[in-house]
Amino acid sequence: MSSVPAALLGGALIGLAASLLLLLNGRVAGITGIVAGLAGRDALWRVLFVGGMVLAGAAVGHLLPGSLQVTVHLPAGTLIAGGLLVGFGTRLANGCTSGHGVCGIARLSKRSIAATLVFMSAGVLTVFVVRHLVHA
Amino acid sequence: MKLLLSAFGCGALFGLGLAVSGMGQPQKIMGFLDIFGAFDPTLAFVMAAAVGVHFIGQRIARRFKAPLLVPAFPTYEFTRVDRRLVIGSLVFGTGWGMVGFCPAPGIISAGFGTREGLLFVPSMLVGMAIFHGMETLRSRALTDETGAPAPSAAK
Repeated sequence: MSSVPAALLGGALIGLAASLLLLLNGRVAGITGIVAGLAGRDALWRVLFVGGMVLAGAAVGHLLPGSLQVTVHLPAGTLIAGGLLVGFGTRLANGCTSGHGVCGIARLSKRSIAATLVFMSAGVLTVFVVRHLVHA
Repeated sequence: MKLLLSAFGCGALFGLGLAVSGMGQPQKIMGFLDIFGAFDPTLAFVMAAAVGVHFIGQRIARRFKAPLLVPAFPTYEFTRVDRRLVIGSLVFGTGWGMVGFCPAPGIISAGFGTREGLLFVPSMLVGMAIFHGMETLRSRALTDETGAPAPSAAK
């Protein structure tokens, strides 16, 4: 599958999943919030949501070779530092690409639009510094 | 039971969409953020489609008095653009640019068994736990000073 139709189809499925979760379970499909709640009281539906996500992802990974392939091999320290920043930052901001970027923007929340602009700008700046200044 | 089945189904649909769209490949995310280099627009198509479909989905859901399986729709407790939102998003975006993973793609990558996902996800969970620890300390400190729990830290 070429990249643009796959991106549009995949994105539409993400939007459909978020819509069904809202319409059926009355929940926002923000992965940060869902994962953070795994340590809390109503953990079971969250375990099943994340489990479904992982199973379906792995199935696609096997059926469409290359779909989950990682070709940028970063040092372990970078992956660990990045993970710490992503975990801490998404909790402080109360949302990530799914909660703010998809669900929040779709309901035209000013807060989520602001969050998305800020994390995308920070991402652009980081990639610029790493790729074009440090490794120039 | 229905709630749990539907959570599983929605999660599966979400994971299917993520993997099909190519968002489980950190090189595509870093390519999208590399607007001054080898720019890869894939993420923009994924987000446009996801937001477009969910915009309609939200409108449809709003015609119902309540969700089909629970009594009430979510309420949004935070509405303002505050310092925590901006600083948190800056921190998140920096990590995202470093590794090309946000939470959901990182989780499916780890579930698929990639070295990158398996290093990223536990670190992300530690980052979340550090946040939780700091919030607990902060709410305790505020409780000690005033004798009442801080409203912002109560959640």
